[in-house]
Amino acid sequence: MKAVYERPRTLRDTPMHYCPGCGHSIIHKLLSQSIDELGIRERTIVVAPVGCSVLIYNYLDCDGSEAAHGRAQAVATGLKRARPECVVVSYQGDGDLAAIGTAETIHAANRGEKFSVIFVNNAIYGMTGGQMAPTTLAGQPTKTTPFGRDPKEIGPPLRMCELLSGLEAPAYIERVSVHDVKNVLRTKKAIKKALKNQIEGAGYSFVEVLSMCPTNWGMTTRQASSWIEENMIPYYPLGVYKDRGKERNAK
Amino acid sequence: MKDPERVVIAKECCKGCELCIDACPRGVLEMSEEINSSGYHYSVFANKKDCNSCTLCAVICPDMCIEVYK
Repeated sequence: MKAVYERPRTLRDTPMHYCPGCGHSIIHKLLSQSIDELGIRERTIVVAPVGCSVLIYNYLDCDGSEAAHGRAQAVATGLKRARPECVVVSYQGDGDLAAIGTAETIHAANRGEKFSVIFVNNAIYGMTGGQMAPTTLAGQPTKTTPFGRDPKEIGPPLRMCELLSGLEAPAYIERVSVHDVKNVLRTKKAIKKALKNQIEGAGYSFVEVLSMCPTNWGMTTRQASSWIEENMIPYYPLGVYKDRGKERNAK
Repeated sequence: MKDPERVVIAKECCKGCELCIDACPRGVLEMSEEINSSGYHYSVFANKKDCNSCTLCAVICPDMCIEVYK
């Protein structure tokens, strides 16, 4: 019998610290598979954020750099400009990218920096114990909003894909999810495309992945998957928001 | 050497999230009665004859515990 699904070379054989049913580890696996398939492991640099995925360098067998909270895209800008032959991936969560790192994100996108961003949106601060994030849904209870987020007081949740697609420079922006098998396979395609865009020099590629956080949502893994489908996707619609390559081909 | 089974589950790295059980269209996997050294019930390849190596369990597995052979 032949192996039809095995551990990608880039993903180290080490147990991950993530909680049961966490989306991060699925996304690590998809990123590793994409790196393997494109054959770029030797020249890939993954910039780790601050958040649950801060330990990504323990799991991916490629180069990496740690960034201060929210500054992953500033670090990625420096890396990519100094070593344009490398494939630079900024892997960030919602507290990192959409809260403390909003300025870095918007300006990196606006400059059209030629690296790829993987944005894991689980609508909560995971590592610090489940506080409200900018992406927390209206009415969603968290540690700091025990009666649910009140948009009248704190404003509605931030939609990063919509925000960035208003800019001229980004080459590719898509929102995907990992709550079921079908969507995991779609996410894989999106991540691979973001890396491919970078190899071809297309410009800033941004993939937002809706991911589950059963522990901080206070749910079972099954409830968390259906919560994404019932609550997150209606507010954060999946799909391609910008694809300059496609637009160019259509002309 | 004996051929591996269609689904090989590394029981020590399983965290018992049960996502593979939901992903399998043929109900091939089950949760164990016993626990592993981390204290989780783990996924077991139970109804072996129904498996057609579709890999869906491995695709969803967050901890890369499942390898599939065909």
